[in-house]
Order: sequence, then C-alpha cells, then structure tokens
Amino acid sequence: MTSPIFARNVPGMTERLARAAVGVAGCGGLGSNAAVALVRAGIGRLILADADRVEASNLNRQHFFQRDIGRLKVEALADHLQAIHPAVALDLRAIELTPANAAEVFGDAEILIEAFDRAEAKRWLIESWCRAYPGRPIVVASGLAGLGRTASIAVRSAGRIHFCGDGESDMSAGLCAARVAIVAAMQANVAIELLMGDPMR
Amino acid sequence: MLTINDRDRIEWRPGMTVRDVLDAMGYTYALITVTVDGELVEEDDYDHRAVPDGAALNVFHLAHGG
Repeated sequence: MTSPIFARNVPGMTERLARAAVGVAGCGGLGSNAAVALVRAGIGRLILADADRVEASNLNRQHFFQRDIGRLKVEALADHLQAIHPAVALDLRAIELTPANAAEVFGDAEILIEAFDRAEAKRWLIESWCRAYPGRPIVVASGLAGLGRTASIAVRSAGRIHFCGDGESDMSAGLCAARVAIVAAMQANVAIELLMGDPMR
Repeated sequence: MLTINDRDRIEWRPGMTVRDVLDAMGYTYALITVTVDGELVEEDDYDHRAVPDGAALNVFHLAHGG
C-alpha cells in the first residue's frame, strides 16, 4: 500500500524511489531545498550530513523557520521532512564532513547531492566520492548566486558527474532564495531522473 | 583533435597532458574539476595524466555558494 502523498507520481516511480537511498552533503540553501523535493517525490531514505546550527541569516534561502534558530540543521530539517512524509527514513549525521569521512558517511547512498558552500569542499567531495564509488553518480551545484539570468542555469554532465547551475556566479554576488532553490530543485530532479533510468541519459 | 566542453576544439600533440590542455585553453578559474572521456582527473594528476587523441574533456568551474 503506497502513500496517497504520491498519487500524482508517474507509473513505476513510487515503488522505485521508495527503495532509493540518496545522500545530501550539506543542509543549507542547496541541501535543505533539495531534500524537501526528494522527500516529496517519494525517496525512501535520505542520509543528511551537516554540523551547523540554523542561524537567522539562513532563513533567506534555506528551508528552516524562526523556531529552528539555534537547532542543529539536520534535526530541524528531519522534522520538516517527516512533517511531509512521516515514513521517510532519515540518517542524521551532525558531523563535519571531511575528505577522510565523507565516503564512509554516504556509503549506503546510490547518488550523492553535493550541497556545500565552499568551492574547495565541492572539489574534495567530488574527488572522494568518485574515488570510493566510481560507478555512482554525484550531482554538484556550481553557480547559483546573484539574481535573474534563469536561462543561464543548466545541467552539464560528464560521466557520472552532473553539474547544476550557471557555472560562473559566485556567492560574492549574494545568495537569493529563488535562484538557489532553482538549482537545488534541479539537483533533486537530476537525481530522480537518474534513479528512474531516463533513457535519454 | 580534442574537444573541450562539447564546444571548443584544439589540436592534439603527442604526450599532451591535462595541464597542457588547460594551459592551451587559458583557463584562469581558481577551482575547476576536469574529466577526460567522462572520467574524473584529480588535480594532483593534471601534470602527468596523458590525454589521448580524440578525447573529450570537460572543465567545470566550481564557484562558491550553497
């Protein structure tokens, strides 16, 4: 018996996604919004990792609320995700991800969503993941800052690495919910597409 | 001939490394990720990873923000 939440899913999608485990590395602007989209689609299990606590300045783009300020992001996000789909399985890791531990933390994930802030961390995560699990996809975000220019945001893929964003804009241009959430939703969309085995890929 | 980002083409030379391709393209980004025929090449390998003739390279800029 599948949940009525997923009554609008396309045929075969609910059963496939319920079996899926997706990792989310970072639960900020990208990770929190991507996780919401993944749970709404029916992903059965998420591994969420972030050591930070919610700050007021996060609320401009991250899926948190005033009452979450001061809470661990993974715990606050878990509450929001379970408020959408109570049966979703969530592995919460309130730890600092490093090149030494990231592959182990996400060992059960079929796909990893890279949702870090810093470009240096994006790179070591890509390298760690590809070295540990060469057959598994990683969905990276790069270029989501500033305003507008929606048409410059795209998915570019090379092998198992998929990049979402404009590939240019840097956080020095500011971070705004609309543009960050587009890229986060795009990352979730790519992950769902890969899990469903899109014949176009 | 090498193809870069499905768009640019440069002449291949025997012994060409990933670093040679990046220099030829004149990239100035501080942080990039490079694949050769879909396989990730880590930064430590740029100077000695040979690029075969006909290869397709992708060079992705990694920008701060999340």
